[in-house]
Amino acid sequence: MRLEITGLEVSFGTRPVVSIGELALGDAEIVGLVGESGSGKSMTTLAVLGLAHTVGASVTGSIRLAGRELIGLPEDALRELRGRRIAAIFQSPSMAFNPVFRVGHIAARALRLHGLTGSEAAGRLAAAMREVLLSPELLRRYPGQLSGGQLQRVAIALAVALRAEILLADEPTSALDVTVQAEVLELLRVLRDRAGMSILFISHDLAVVAELCDRVAVMRSGSIVEEGATEQIMSAPADPYTADLLASVPRIRAGG
Amino acid sequence: MPGPPDATPDRTPPPALLQIRDLAVRFGPVRAVDGVSLDIAPGPFGLGLVGESGSGKTTIGRAVLRLVPLAAGRILFDGADVAALRGRALKDYRRAVQVVFQDPDNSLDPRMRVGAAIGEALAAHKIAPRRLIGERTAELLAEAGLDPEFAARYPHQLSGGQRQRVAIARSLSVQPRLLVLDEPTSALDVRAQARILRLIGRLRAERGLSYLLITHNFGVVSELCEQTAVLYLGCVVERGPTAELLTAPAHPYTQALRSAVPQVEATARSSRIVLHGEPPDATSPPSGCVFHPRCPLVIDRCRAEVPPLSAVRPGRLVACHRAEEVLAGAGMPRHVPGLATPDGVT
Repeated sequence: MRLEITGLEVSFGTRPVVSIGELALGDAEIVGLVGESGSGKSMTTLAVLGLAHTVGASVTGSIRLAGRELIGLPEDALRELRGRRIAAIFQSPSMAFNPVFRVGHIAARALRLHGLTGSEAAGRLAAAMREVLLSPELLRRYPGQLSGGQLQRVAIALAVALRAEILLADEPTSALDVTVQAEVLELLRVLRDRAGMSILFISHDLAVVAELCDRVAVMRSGSIVEEGATEQIMSAPADPYTADLLASVPRIRAGG
Repeated sequence: MPGPPDATPDRTPPPALLQIRDLAVRFGPVRAVDGVSLDIAPGPFGLGLVGESGSGKTTIGRAVLRLVPLAAGRILFDGADVAALRGRALKDYRRAVQVVFQDPDNSLDPRMRVGAAIGEALAAHKIAPRRLIGERTAELLAEAGLDPEFAARYPHQLSGGQRQRVAIARSLSVQPRLLVLDEPTSALDVRAQARILRLIGRLRAERGLSYLLITHNFGVVSELCEQTAVLYLGCVVERGPTAELLTAPAHPYTQALRSAVPQVEATARSSRIVLHGEPPDATSPPSGCVFHPRCPLVIDRCRAEVPPLSAVRPGRLVACHRAEEVLAGAGMPRHVPGLATPDGVT
């Protein structure tokens, strides 16, 4: 298993917000973490990134990256892993880019922080941009000159350039138009197939998860109520909460 | 989920409650709405306005509410030109047409108790005498599926779905004939969304409401609207009965949009048509058909000639030179992963 979460507890003071018995992400696997607002999905992302303490939460339990325990690692060791081996993209890519610097400058700086030289960084970035179907020309623009979909793809390109093994994608398409969302989802699938990236896909949108993920875990009030193969969960949910979520998705009715 | 609106076999439309004719709205150089005509029948009736960011769908709603000046065209309500309404007639119009926005936080005063927010509307339009306002407020809350006790609460003490119910109760308080629903469920969790959609479906049946439902979600119009118009860059590219439009889109953009909607059931998925590039700049729309730079079926004629919105089937209007071929199942190029051209090449 590339990522293994066991007995994870995230809490604010004495109030637990996440309590996950077991959640694993295999090689080149896409696992969906589904839930409504406040279910603990995003806190789980922060815990995996080793950033839960930055919002005042404490973390216990175990998160292993290819067998290596992350919880309790000193900050400098974590910083080395975060971004490089475990990359993350979020709902609002514009917040990940400082508006006063060119996109390429921000991306190259991230690569240099992880030990690449300037020319290595430039070469890898250009290649990664082409891999996410963007022209490297766009690196010369400012974040405000790119659309939301383009910025999200630049964020993905950064993960590609760093050769990340795991991508944590927290609602990466929720702010995008549906045609742009389709492009980003297709891109994630390609990255998994070509680069063998493992993706933890966090979303409130069951239809998106149904299309993209190999396995699904459904979260409610910080716990996983049900987990299994996507087909299984979507066609025969065992938990009534999952069934309720599924029944709530507006369907396009056939007619004519 | 509410059932789909009854499909009326009779295609002759009743006289429209609201008629939008050749509407144009400009924001400086931006052509936000560019020659749109739509009809909303007397209730119960729902018209869905579907489009992506920048398509002009919200601006059309704002034009109906008289919140933006018209650059051209007319909006008629009961046959009267809305832009020309003054005094008493304008007040009546403001009462007859109500709006529910995406984010109820922006329409509810955080310092005002829910009961007061609804009572204010009742008093302003003299719907109920002072002494009966409390009673009417309780009835409205109950109609929106909320316990009348909620009248004593502040908006922040409610969930997003409950706040949206309050906004709906408030809009209903003045007995409107037309609602503009602008993404009423987009900010809500999926279960809350389903409950609000059910509520709208019930209210439409009980009150005989008409509404303009603005959304980016085809599932939502499928549940609640008998007619749907698809917008792209300020223009209607296709319009018709919702079920037919979704089952057999006649415009390549509708087809691409429809195919991009994720589906829970694998059997409901059609093979995806991935559009590349971004919608063009609305300050300088492309020549000919506005969709031609992204259209997989583009031919020379599309670059030169604006396709008129014309009937391809009874009741179905499409602005595409190749609509007949699309309806006949013309081979839309499907997406082949990895073969697309990079975006943003100048």
